Amino acid sequence: MTASTPLPSPLPDAEAQCRALADLIRPSLTPDTALVGIFSGGAWIAERLAKMFNLPEETGMIDVSFYRDDFAEKGLHTQIRPTRMPFDVNGRRLILVDDVLYTGRTTRAALNELFDYGRPSAVELAVLADRGCRELPIAPTYCVWNLQLPDHSTGLTLCRREDQSLFWEVESYA
Amino acid sequence: MPDHNPQINANGKLTHLLSIDGLPREVLLQILDTASSFLGLADREVKKVPLLRGKSVFNLFFENSTRTRTTFEIAAKRLSADVINLDISRSSASKGESLLDTIDNLCAMHANMFVVRHAESGASYLIAEHLRQMEHDDIHVVNAGDGRHAHPTQALLDMYTIRHFKKDFAPLTVAIVGDILHSRVARSNIAALTVLGVKEIRIIGPKTLLLPELPRMNVRVYHDMREGLRDCDVVIMLRLQNERMNGALLPSAREYFKCYGLTPEKLALAKPDAIVMHPGPMNRGVEIDSFVADGPQAVILDQVTFGIAVRMAVMSILAGN
Repeated sequence: MTASTPLPSPLPDAEAQCRALADLIRPSLTPDTALVGIFSGGAWIAERLAKMFNLPEETGMIDVSFYRDDFAEKGLHTQIRPTRMPFDVNGRRLILVDDVLYTGRTTRAALNELFDYGRPSAVELAVLADRGCRELPIAPTYCVWNLQLPDHSTGLTLCRREDQSLFWEVESYA
Repeated sequence: MPDHNPQINANGKLTHLLSIDGLPREVLLQILDTASSFLGLADREVKKVPLLRGKSVFNLFFENSTRTRTTFEIAAKRLSADVINLDISRSSASKGESLLDTIDNLCAMHANMFVVRHAESGASYLIAEHLRQMEHDDIHVVNAGDGRHAHPTQALLDMYTIRHFKKDFAPLTVAIVGDILHSRVARSNIAALTVLGVKEIRIIGPKTLLLPELPRMNVRVYHDMREGLRDCDVVIMLRLQNERMNGALLPSAREYFKCYGLTPEKLALAKPDAIVMHPGPMNRGVEIDSFVADGPQAVILDQVTFGIAVRMAVMSILAGN
């Protein structure tokens, strides 16, 4: 197992991290940039980013359930939301947004789904947290919080309160 | 009723879809919700998802069907499965091979799913039970219509259509009109509407074409179509099934149309925004007037489109369980 970094207490402010992520992305924004959030955490962040960037068009939302590589073991997720791609992805610069980058398998599934909509000119990856333990050759383009969590025994989840504000939750499965 | 529900596996998951009977509300809603995610696929450049890649789906149609077989085939192909259509009239069944021998042979060809249409009620149950005995727990069966008994994917696509246009089931009055006696669609729809909890189910038809068990179901029976259609939200017309009729149950098709054919004038008695459904194939001028079938309240072609998404949902949920 990789050495793990102790989690800060209290956990970082997810709202402040969204603003920091926006600051990281802003210098590379081009007129043909479009955001695509992965349900559910990534979609929340993408919506916030779109507002901060004043993007004129709707944000893409992707549910990777139909592209997961663990379908044979786990079956179909019971709550699937329809993927929504309100623009033509052909030739666009896409920023794929997720809350936590972990094994990289969700990103792989999202990339596969995106390419079934067309051929973007480029795809970048923006995440709030990179928790390590990658199982695929995938790295974030923009990341606010780098940490090393022990695999499987700890869950890091972005949650949303009733007032729509975002916060982190840590669960221990040990 | 067997002591175990043959549709549910040892882990409590849906492994075959044989009938709506015995399925909990959550399972029906999961299928409808999953179907709505598949609907958007039609607008994409690549209209496929990889869920059933490497799997073989066998369409076993022992009875004629165009719509159901085609939509199952499209659904399986959009899930990336390999689809094998067996033309049973030309196969070994016509040389005397028994149904279960056919199944054993297809299992030896590494089938992963059977979609079965059969004139005998219970045919798909027989196959599912046989697979269990042979310990083929990873092979799934979808009933695509068995005799007069059940047609669960038709009921599910009908429920999807109703929810699409009416949003909520609770306040609805739904009328099912016509040849209830021979209709597996009617039986499955009554079961699904009951589980999903509509306000009222009305059954409209001549005495000779109703079910003996209707009094035990939670439905209101009408022999006068005008009375039965009053203030309905949804009208489901059924096909007059000439091929299943023995003996003189009806005076004539013309007489039937006069009493139970859906005309614009009769439809006007239902709510102004009522939708008209039909599982197809339609007999124009027998159970439905062309002005209604082609009119603004008909959602008959929407049913066909939704049918693909619903069948994709059913096959992908079964394959994952």
